[in-house]
Amino acid sequence: MDLHLTGARPTDEEKAAVDLELGPPESVWDGGTRGNGADSRSASGGNQKAISQRHLLLPVLHAVQKRVGWISQGAINYAALRLDVPPAEVYGVASFYGMFSLQPRPMAVAHVCDDIACMTRGSEELCDELENRLGPEGVPCAGGRATWLRSNCLGLCERAPAVLVARAGKKAQERVLAPANPDRVQSLINDAANDVMPAAPDVLNPQLSVPQEGSRKLALLRRVGKVNAPQLDGYQRLGGYEALRKAIQMGPEGVLKEIAASKLLGRGGAAFPAAKKWEALYTQRDRLKQDPNRKHYLVCNADESEPGTFKDRLVMEGDPFAVLEGMTIAALATGAELGYIYLRGEYPLAAQRLAHAIEAARWEGFLGENVLGSGARFEIELRRGAGAYICGEETALFNSIEGYRGEPRNKPPFPTQAGLFRQPTVVNNVETLINVPIIINQGGAAYASVGTENSTGPRLFCLCGHVERPGVYEVPMGATLRQLLSMAGGIAGTGRLQAILLGGAAGTFVSPKEIDVPLTFEGTRAIGATLGSGVVMLFDDSVDLRRILLRIAAFFRHETCGQCVPCRVGVVRQQEALQRLVENRPLGSKADEIVMLREMAQAMRDASICGLGQTAASALESALARWNLFA
Amino acid sequence: MSTKETTPATSKAAQEAAPTPLIPIPRGPVPQAPPERERRTVEITIDGQPVSVPEGSTILEAARKLGVDTPTLCFLESLTPVNVCRVCVVEMEGSRTLVPACSRKVEPKMAIKTDSERVRLSRRMVLEFLASSVDVSTAPQFAGYMERYGAQPQRFGPTAATVKQPVKIDNDLYVRDYSKCILCYKCVEACGVDAQNTFAIAVSGRGFSASIATEFQVPLPESACVYCGNCIGVCPTGALMFKSEYDMRQAGTWDERAQSQTTTICPYCGVGCNLTVHEQEGQIVKVTSPLDHSVTHGNLCIKGRFGWQFVQIEPAESKTE
Repeated sequence: MDLHLTGARPTDEEKAAVDLELGPPESVWDGGTRGNGADSRSASGGNQKAISQRHLLLPVLHAVQKRVGWISQGAINYAALRLDVPPAEVYGVASFYGMFSLQPRPMAVAHVCDDIACMTRGSEELCDELENRLGPEGVPCAGGRATWLRSNCLGLCERAPAVLVARAGKKAQERVLAPANPDRVQSLINDAANDVMPAAPDVLNPQLSVPQEGSRKLALLRRVGKVNAPQLDGYQRLGGYEALRKAIQMGPEGVLKEIAASKLLGRGGAAFPAAKKWEALYTQRDRLKQDPNRKHYLVCNADESEPGTFKDRLVMEGDPFAVLEGMTIAALATGAELGYIYLRGEYPLAAQRLAHAIEAARWEGFLGENVLGSGARFEIELRRGAGAYICGEETALFNSIEGYRGEPRNKPPFPTQAGLFRQPTVVNNVETLINVPIIINQGGAAYASVGTENSTGPRLFCLCGHVERPGVYEVPMGATLRQLLSMAGGIAGTGRLQAILLGGAAGTFVSPKEIDVPLTFEGTRAIGATLGSGVVMLFDDSVDLRRILLRIAAFFRHETCGQCVPCRVGVVRQQEALQRLVENRPLGSKADEIVMLREMAQAMRDASICGLGQTAASALESALARWNLFA
Repeated sequence: MSTKETTPATSKAAQEAAPTPLIPIPRGPVPQAPPERERRTVEITIDGQPVSVPEGSTILEAARKLGVDTPTLCFLESLTPVNVCRVCVVEMEGSRTLVPACSRKVEPKMAIKTDSERVRLSRRMVLEFLASSVDVSTAPQFAGYMERYGAQPQRFGPTAATVKQPVKIDNDLYVRDYSKCILCYKCVEACGVDAQNTFAIAVSGRGFSASIATEFQVPLPESACVYCGNCIGVCPTGALMFKSEYDMRQAGTWDERAQSQTTTICPYCGVGCNLTVHEQEGQIVKVTSPLDHSVTHGNLCIKGRFGWQFVQIEPAESKTE
């Protein structure tokens, strides 16, 4: 492409960061020097090269951000030159993601979660104290070498309040601090500013995060928290990769039969039958042979960003090989030869563990050209998101991997017809995938005997907020909310339950009267609620629910991609109306405001392109239906 | 010799028959045009009326065939539908949400409602959302749509957030007033693969603060812009405007009722683009191109779109007289 670049030049650091990611430039055409022995007299590249490289844009931007701490105009130009992408588009992509700074920023940044789960555990007080000690958010502190920022949910809700500190540089590091207090945050910020961070990004402590650890009843969580599980030999000693061997013997049809018999429904929120997606790819397998350009893809959606959700993080940190095994079985059944794990950017320990697991699995032949001698080829690439909730939406996730702005696509066509790189694609959530080895080991029918008729198998729930023992819990589908609560030791805080948020910010509030609801897809649907991503967030009666609603509204305002009008403007008008109600200065009467909120909610639900806009008013509507909050 | 004569190109008869072209015309059977592929038609009902349209048509096309007027903002016949404005949404039987008429392809037995309560509410809200956050004073379609759906954008109050910002005037040919931008993506498409392939602008930022921008918002002369003005041609709100029109509007002299339009052929090169010259009081005030013209599809280059001043420079002698 004939790129037009401004005069801004990259610094040596920025160039080095990009070149480390892409390798040195081949010729003068993509940023190299003349006469370096390569083809400096003939143009290399062209459209095919550009198309084949665009998907490296997000990793390249990550590399610059990690090395330099922000992305300059010169760095954008260099990324554009190397990848043959117009600089305006590189800028459009870079400015889409929350983790990228396009202005100079100190090398050390503390992201302090002030989202709803952390609000119940003192995040406001923490932010106030940080403001006293370090100055307002975004302003340089620690001698100009660090700063702190408020952040949306970091997915560390069981250890709220949570802080993530990132230190840019040649040896970039990240460190989670949860539960956090002002002293520890301040000292970690100072360490980060002085580049003396602890080596490990986090420590998985089962006592804090997996209260059931050690119980024999566990299936999904049976290895999470075991010290050896993240190592390949430890994983195998704990029963790992037995299912893959079995699946190879069964062949794709056998695997599909068991998955269908298990009635496994997706655990990411939409509860779509996993077998249907897999079969859709399997039935298209003949075209793979006919057309060498046709490919099947498998995507593991690990962009867990729903406020209050942290189950996938703990699974990936504590049992990363289970995710790979589930993916490998899915790949064998669907004919995919390349799989992507799209991991949310704020999960440093999960990233480390998964990267290690992929490497080890490849080394031992569990991935690669010939998976365990089956003749099938399967590779996994790990991709990190960069701070965009919307990228958990499957089509936005495709765009993000492909190097475009993470804006959802219109459906149809559905991913199984035209997904990643416009090829047939299966997208499964992390939790869905770790059910797969269990189904293969037990058999689909045995798996389906757990739970209820229409909601089969075990399910992970993320308990957080005012609960005695927060953490991820595994129960058979059909357990009631009351049973789950008593497992977690009951209500914390004042001890008097006011409200429960099921399914996160895009979910629904239920009242204590509804505590006997069975936690199944059909049970929650019957009371107008949703299981969503398995969030069970509790609020005691000291909480001002209106402030929680306001925080949820702020969350959506921050996270809408801005593509379609109902969502882009709707989430703003919704927050404005709520703000007026909370401050008791309605336009007209309060009833007028509520009518307006309901109309906005309906338009967002009916006319938005994707699930974000369609559910952005869901929590608010469920609260309005249950309580008279604005009397 | 005899072996050569067997090849038809050098045979004497063939040489005589050929009209001595500079480039030899290959001889052989005249290729037949492929038989026209039979296009199946799909039958759907819209507001209870059956209509059949060719397979692959959109609901919008089917609605237009029936004469059902469907509002559109981000849709343009010459661009790939992006279905982001959502003002064209219709109700489809069996669908949980409304569907965009401009991009949704017809499927057999679809039952569509274009004027149900749900449809009217969503269309009204979309118009209210836009008109309360964007300056739509120069958007020709808006007033009619707002009246039709009873939109009252002022009900969000005087403090409702808007995208108001200073006008960008950084070149002599056109201005960019993003206070008037509804983010329909049309200009990005026209600058990109749908027409110009220049990629000078893209959507940047996220959410309510998303905007159309060059890299780091550099002024247009520093960007890749080639001033074809095709973005102005597709802008539905007047956010992108000829400098000539902008200056006249500022001076209060812009009067569309006093303008005439003449379609002619561009005098510059041999492509044959059609130009529609807009004239007011004997002066050319802007140049567009018909959307349905087979050569341009509404697109022009910098010369055709902006290079008309010479028409109005009077010869030196006539001035001295």
